[in-house]
Amino acid sequence: MGEIKVKDKNIVVPGEVLAVGMDYLPAGGAFRDDDEIIASQVGIVSISGRLIKLVPLNSKYTPKRGDKVIGKITDVSANAWFVDIGYYTEAAITLVEGSNEYIPRGADLTQYYAPGDYVIGTVTGVSRSNVSLTLKGPGLKKLGEGRIIYVNSAKVPRIIGKEGSMISMIKNMTDCRIIVGQNGMIWLLGADPEKEKLAYDAVKLIDERAHTQGLTDEIKKFLEEKIGGKK
Amino acid sequence: MTYTKRIDGRKFDELREIKAKVGIISRADGSAMFQIGKTIAIAAVYGPRNLFPKFLQNFEQGILRCNYNMMSFSGSGERVKPGPSRRSREISYITENALLPSLDLKDYPSSVVDVYIELLQTDAGTRCAGITAAALALADAGFPMRDLVAAVSIGKIEDKIIVDVNKEEEDYEGGMADIPIAVLPRTGEITLLQMDGFLTREELKEVLNIARKACMQIYNIQREALRERYKNGLS
Repeated sequence: MGEIKVKDKNIVVPGEVLAVGMDYLPAGGAFRDDDEIIASQVGIVSISGRLIKLVPLNSKYTPKRGDKVIGKITDVSANAWFVDIGYYTEAAITLVEGSNEYIPRGADLTQYYAPGDYVIGTVTGVSRSNVSLTLKGPGLKKLGEGRIIYVNSAKVPRIIGKEGSMISMIKNMTDCRIIVGQNGMIWLLGADPEKEKLAYDAVKLIDERAHTQGLTDEIKKFLEEKIGGKK
Repeated sequence: MTYTKRIDGRKFDELREIKAKVGIISRADGSAMFQIGKTIAIAAVYGPRNLFPKFLQNFEQGILRCNYNMMSFSGSGERVKPGPSRRSREISYITENALLPSLDLKDYPSSVVDVYIELLQTDAGTRCAGITAAALALADAGFPMRDLVAAVSIGKIEDKIIVDVNKEEEDYEGGMADIPIAVLPRTGEITLLQMDGFLTREELKEVLNIARKACMQIYNIQREALRERYKNGLS
């Protein structure tokens, strides 16, 4: 009969046996070897029913179709823009996907997005090592002034929180506009520079403490203390 | 004369004191320090990243590139000269081969994962310390791995088989055998086996058994080091 060798929420390392027997199924971050389920990453165990999966504590971003990501334009060619999204190859935005506007033949593409600009786009496809992005769609655009924060993409779910609880709390308490890309790039703009700094610190704190529990309350306390101190 | 007692007073199957720490280099994707006795190895992992020139790329899976280096101030200054050399090229190559069976780079086609291993202090067993540190750094970077890799060097002086050879033992004048071994601890698969010196077939079998036991001890330390990084604040 199957037997689970670890407890829910335990930290495991690659090669650790999570469960024995065919009663359980490996999901993300785990694999089956004969009748054992083995961890393949450093992560926190999450058991739901018969499914055993790992929430990785650190991982490089791998683009998936439909991800909303923030990227930096690195190069412009005759018919495409190239974007660094934190993946090992650059994503391409083709001319047609670049804008809702009509782009005339022979136009200077740097007029739209120049190297160094940040954009928010959606991943439309990943094939082998080619990634394509689109900037056509609601909310997809070039990002204007504001600051960019880089965090590990494994920590994005914690920054967003359950149904956006964490990010909307930070937005409300600091009056900031924040866009979180699935790739771990975050755009942040506040009306008040001091509050913007506070939101920045809060995001950095989540990045640091992403593996702990009760994080939303902790961040709330952190922000309340800081805002209270200002008044 | 027979070798009845080890120079540093250890038991014949006792490892030197081990320290391991993960996440020591903030700008690297993954990093680790592994100290065994007076040998200190640090490893940093960068990648996956774009690989050029293009003909080196493998479109089926990412490739692993290791670089082993003894720092210029490491070592006691005799015999092995620190710095890039034929020897360090060889060790880089065997390190790659020792780590690859545990790694799965299918998700990163045409890319490269760079592992830089630097030895701050050397007192024998550097390639094993390097492999052990590199395995920790790769796990820290979040690559999918079948297992960690633990490595240890086993020696034979006269009729005694000794675990984790140090520099004095390596330089033993009466002649000795030195066998660095890397093991995937869960399955016991051997990913590195080199030999310098003479051993009988039976002795080699014994060496392998002893190495597996020693590697399990190292694996437990590796596991603790990886957990230690995330320990604070976890219920």
